[in-house]
Amino acid sequence: MTSIGTGYDLSASTYSPDGRIFQVEYANKAVENSGTAIGLRVKDGVVLAVEKLVHSKLLVPGANRRIQTIDRHIGLATAGLLADGRSISNRARDEGASIRSTFHEQATVKAISQRLGMFAQAYTLYSSVRPFGISTIIGGVDKNGPSLYIIEPSGVCLGYHGAAVGKGRQLAKTELEKLKLSELSTREAVMEAARIIYLVHDDNKEKEFELEMSWIGSETNNLHVPVPSDLLKEAETKAKDALENFE
Amino acid sequence: MDHFPTNWGRPRNDAFDAYGTHPIHQRPYNGPKDAFADGVQHTQQPIVTGTSVLAIKYKDGIMMAADNLASYGSLARFKDVQRLCPVGQYTVIGAGGDMSDFQYIQHIMEELTIDENSAQDGHELGPVEIHEYMSQVMYARRSKMDPLWNSLIIGGFKDGKRFLSYVDLLGTTYSASTLATGYGSYIAQPLLRKAVEGYEDILTEEDARKVLENSMRVLFYRDARSLNKYQIATITSAGVNISDSLHLETSWSFAEGIRGYGAQTQ
Repeated sequence: MTSIGTGYDLSASTYSPDGRIFQVEYANKAVENSGTAIGLRVKDGVVLAVEKLVHSKLLVPGANRRIQTIDRHIGLATAGLLADGRSISNRARDEGASIRSTFHEQATVKAISQRLGMFAQAYTLYSSVRPFGISTIIGGVDKNGPSLYIIEPSGVCLGYHGAAVGKGRQLAKTELEKLKLSELSTREAVMEAARIIYLVHDDNKEKEFELEMSWIGSETNNLHVPVPSDLLKEAETKAKDALENFE
Repeated sequence: MDHFPTNWGRPRNDAFDAYGTHPIHQRPYNGPKDAFADGVQHTQQPIVTGTSVLAIKYKDGIMMAADNLASYGSLARFKDVQRLCPVGQYTVIGAGGDMSDFQYIQHIMEELTIDENSAQDGHELGPVEIHEYMSQVMYARRSKMDPLWNSLIIGGFKDGKRFLSYVDLLGTTYSASTLATGYGSYIAQPLLRKAVEGYEDILTEEDARKVLENSMRVLFYRDARSLNKYQIATITSAGVNISDSLHLETSWSFAEGIRGYGAQTQ
């Protein structure tokens, strides 16, 4: 970045002469430093998985969750600044409640994602605020079936079959591309998601990590819930086995 | 210069009588009117109403019953209304009184359960919490002189404990092993007490069902705002179950012998 130090990176409200907004690009850097988060949209549901880097051994296991429940049928995983993730999930809950009270029906994942997109975009317009330092993966099952969206710091909101954000996203994406996502069951997707998170985790560079996973689909009655502990354990064991065979 | 012809030739200020034309003439007011100028009107009577809800404790938990009628005054207006509503995994709310207020309560409960579920903190709302919450809502509304015109029975089963309690439009609450709202509190309550009190831990599901069915039948005979179509809810360790609509068998042959109401020859 040759234009660093030219003064165009001081505010989100100023373009650089070649039409970039550096504050938004820096926000993307904040995302890249974070543990990977992935989402799989499969035949009958959605699976979210996060590589939660544990920065201190003093933390209680399971603390600082990065997967949140937005509505009964919608979940959200973030990569980037933890507090920004909480803020955006609170906003998502408000949007969900507002849509529900206006229309008396469940909000679609698409509707909430687009509203979150507009929300994030508003933070790229003013010098008085900073853009969100997170990429958000939001997934759920609504009247249109399973759906999965990513909202980036720029406010861009796009739908995906498989989503990956954070440090290990490149490798995760190549792994996701190998899967036949539209043919997988949610249960199979849990196994694959665990495998991918274990694969992208860099043992040499990183400290400990916790695998955090949630799912929603016909097996959970279309409710977004954490993956039950026995299934999570099974997925982790399989993931570790696969890792040894992979190398 | 004043551009409003209605003001021409009149004092500039109604309060200041520059020309000494006592008493000051009041100009007619043709501006927008506030329909609520006499004060805000609050709910003063229920419109579309449900009648009794019955509930008893039995061996396995709680059993509740309510018919499917929503009346418009004395007109049997809607015959497919569900007045027992599950809230969360452990609770059922049964409502008598204004049905639109009950629908509003259902929306509050929906919102509340979603909020609690989103926290994912390992806590779940049980019947005790829901009853406490509803009693605060009902009391707050009556204190604003704008009550939710219902009597609610809240029954549930959580952590091995049965819970059965009442709250109404005044915010009054009480608990007992048998509860009934509306007309049922006069007609069915004595029957329920006789059948249930002292036997709460003995009554089987079958017994409990019979007790409620019998009371619903008596209510259908005596309560002119009731219906022979009703539902039964059970809340046990297995969770909440609300039955499909059931039909009451009744016999009206005795009516032949009644003299003095209809067109009889003698």
